[in-house]
Amino acid sequence: MEEFKFIGKPVDRLDEREKVTGAAKYVDDIEFGPNLLYTEIIESPHPHALINNINTSEAEKVEGVVKIVTGKDFPYKFGLYMKDRYIFAQDRVRFIGEQVAAVIARDPKTALKAAKLVKVEYEPFSAVFDPVEALKEDAPVIHPELGNYPHVPWFFPKGGSNVAHLRKVRKGDVEKGFKEADFVLEDTYRIPRYAHCCLETHIAVGLLDYSGRLTVWASSQSPHTQRNLFADALAPLGFSHKDIRVIAPYVGGGFGGKAGVTMEIIAAALATAVKGNPVKVIWRRDQEFYNTYMRLQVMSKIKVGVKNDGIITAFEITNYWDAGPYAEYGANVVNASGLSATGPYRMPNVKIDSYCIYTNLPAAGPYRGFGYSEMLFSVESHMTRIAKAIGIDPVEFRRKNGIREGDSLTYGAPMNPNGLLEAIDKVAKEIDWGKKETLNDPDKAIGKGFAIFWKAPAMPPNVSSTAFIKFSEDGSLNVIVSGMEIGQGYLTAMAQIAAEVLTVPPEKIRIELPDTDRNPYHWQTVASHVTWANGNAVKRAALQIRDRIFEVVHEVYHYDKDTLYLEDEKVKCKLHPSFELPLKDFVIEGIQTKDGTYRGGAIVGSGSFMPEFTSAQQDPETSQGGHPNVHYTVGAAAVKIEIDKQTGKVRILKAVEALDAGKAINPMNVKHQIYGGLLQGFATALYEDMRFDENGKILNPNFTDYKIPTSLDIPDEVVPIIVEVPQPDGPYGARGIGEHPMIPAAPIIANAVEDALGVRIKSMPMTAEKIAMAILNDKKEVDDFLMIMKK
Amino acid sequence: MKKISFVLNGEKRNIYVEPNDLLLDVLREKLGVKSPKYGCGRGDCGLCTVLINGKSARTCLILAIEVDGQEILTVEGLSKDKLTPLQESFIKHNSFQCGFCAPGMIMTATELLEKNSNPTEEEVKEAISGNLCRCTGYTPIIEAILDVNKK
Repeated sequence: MEEFKFIGKPVDRLDEREKVTGAAKYVDDIEFGPNLLYTEIIESPHPHALINNINTSEAEKVEGVVKIVTGKDFPYKFGLYMKDRYIFAQDRVRFIGEQVAAVIARDPKTALKAAKLVKVEYEPFSAVFDPVEALKEDAPVIHPELGNYPHVPWFFPKGGSNVAHLRKVRKGDVEKGFKEADFVLEDTYRIPRYAHCCLETHIAVGLLDYSGRLTVWASSQSPHTQRNLFADALAPLGFSHKDIRVIAPYVGGGFGGKAGVTMEIIAAALATAVKGNPVKVIWRRDQEFYNTYMRLQVMSKIKVGVKNDGIITAFEITNYWDAGPYAEYGANVVNASGLSATGPYRMPNVKIDSYCIYTNLPAAGPYRGFGYSEMLFSVESHMTRIAKAIGIDPVEFRRKNGIREGDSLTYGAPMNPNGLLEAIDKVAKEIDWGKKETLNDPDKAIGKGFAIFWKAPAMPPNVSSTAFIKFSEDGSLNVIVSGMEIGQGYLTAMAQIAAEVLTVPPEKIRIELPDTDRNPYHWQTVASHVTWANGNAVKRAALQIRDRIFEVVHEVYHYDKDTLYLEDEKVKCKLHPSFELPLKDFVIEGIQTKDGTYRGGAIVGSGSFMPEFTSAQQDPETSQGGHPNVHYTVGAAAVKIEIDKQTGKVRILKAVEALDAGKAINPMNVKHQIYGGLLQGFATALYEDMRFDENGKILNPNFTDYKIPTSLDIPDEVVPIIVEVPQPDGPYGARGIGEHPMIPAAPIIANAVEDALGVRIKSMPMTAEKIAMAILNDKKEVDDFLMIMKK
Repeated sequence: MKKISFVLNGEKRNIYVEPNDLLLDVLREKLGVKSPKYGCGRGDCGLCTVLINGKSARTCLILAIEVDGQEILTVEGLSKDKLTPLQESFIKHNSFQCGFCAPGMIMTATELLEKNSNPTEEEVKEAISGNLCRCTGYTPIIEAILDVNKK
């Protein structure tokens, strides 16, 4: 096995000192000077209405108001995968809280005062909040123009309906599969919406300078994608990519919520209305809940057939996803999780219908897990029920049916190398699977739950990633990239990769945060793909530098390049053990030759990476053909819980999670992802819960009523396990793990609740109230779903 | 406008404030002290925590005029010379991910360790339970605090 110096080591985070000293700058920490302008957004109070008139005359009279803009000023559509969204509402509003107009003023208090004087006349329509209701013939059509919207070729919107996209998968013969089955189980699961709850709310500051250059500072996972979408949407105003610059300093949490473009485009647009003045748009906490993205709601109808020996013969699922009124990004959640809706199982006969449906709840989109957390709640709850029904141990059932390298995926391509079986075995051992725990307290019950999971990066087939590397005089490095440090440890991983190739230790490497003017292209920091994609680009840039170093040394010393190598920041030669040339002696100033002249000069490198085997060209009716996903990261997880039978409260005694990282570039950071991601997942499983009134207005847009976990809510014990079956095209074998830790959290809880009490809960969250009521009423199955509160 | 004076990170400061100016806004916008962050504006998240006369306080819930004559400490004040053992412990444990909760968390933990130099795990969890963190699952934060004065 190859020995590494920096790869696979718990190298300290590059950004920790800045963050612990208060030095780390987030967008709102940057000073924009005394001519900074502030904004207040006028929001729709209706879930679905025509805008008949907007009167700004009273508001404009307020001293300190600089400008008021409405949809008329920016009649431009935008969207990542489908252009269905406007910068400001045009003729109609489609959810409560939608931006209708903005006041720009010298200070925030004036902006707020003036915003209250803007008068908007609405003509309300009927609205729809349930995805299944929205499919009915008589449902209000939320986008009458849907048939004309531009979209990526792998989306299939149905004009005249609320279906923004339908992903269909047909593999084998599902009817035949069900006929062959000895046992078939069919049921419905429901998962509500959830909020990311980044502690830093969304913020963007735009500045159009007098020369016509537009700069946007944004808390962002996607600086290059934002520049691209701004340039596209604002092209009618004469902007091209060259004129637009996006700068992304540190981000106070992303989790998918700061991917793509949401409110940032408001700051970009407003800047064009107040040339010469920076203008700040910052969401208050309540706005953060309803006007960025949320996680999609889904109703999942699932039917699975098995033989008596436990082998799965047929799998059928219909997912009704509620994406809210703008599905430009959310439709890809539906697409990606549709293609992978089986979970990590070998399945000969598959039928999947994954509907992306418009509703009048706020827009939903990417959230850590990208649809897989939701889908795996249904699938992994169902698989445990089936295993138990036919008398097979649920872990054994997964060993029998778990996907292996080379097995055909739902779309026909082969599964990548993976350590699923190893993960299953290690988790089962750590949780003492099969050992029944007993309690003396009659008011408590104890149970264990198990699940397996997978996730592939969801992205277009041709996303690109690049890196620049340059030296300083002392041999230290600047690595210039455009992935984003959103807390996952990206900077450190990139430094470790550059360090490994060039033997320069990570503490001598500085990684630059993205600025689209200076930093080379990277699509977005999403999909758990940056370590893999950007890691490959950084490695290629470092290898290019190494080649250049050997070339220069060869030119001066005439040693064969193949005999040269790097060690401890020096160039050495296998044939001349006494030769060693420190990098710092020549990487900027070159190597002096015998006649006093120099060779070399400042050494720089660049690297670019794009997968060349992926394709989204699939048959729309079956999804066969093509190769939409680069690879899957797999894992297994288990939990041991104690339930208070009086209150229904769940205490997590022990949680175990194993992930196949391919190669953990930094095992410490992988473990830290597991601690954080699992807790985020447990919160969705047990108590986080987005509620709306019957008019579609969010009822709990704050941390008092939407509770995220505190330090008192953590499991008693968490055991992270790293499995390493290398990804052949990953840097040092690595593949992504950032989103994955939270994916199995809900099904392991559901399965443990059933193990403890014999109660199957089929809707999330599995609150103490639901559990206590089931015990009280002696119910064996619970499907109460409380997202929309009826009067 | 009312003139107030208070000690900020060891230095006496005089400043004019409106009666309804929040301390958080005055620290960030008028005095350039950026470590306390806005997160919720209602005392739920703890991002804006500073120490006032040694006691942790939410600056989004306090009017600036209330701190006339008081002493305020923020992370900038802790970081002036060498870092505190608590800060060094956070670095050693690589406790923070996005880092946005770090300033508030550090001030709360500073207060805890002033009062109780060797807290138990339960005491640490209790002390920081008003400081939300969405990234870390709290484990590396708790470990770092417990490690500061470990014999």
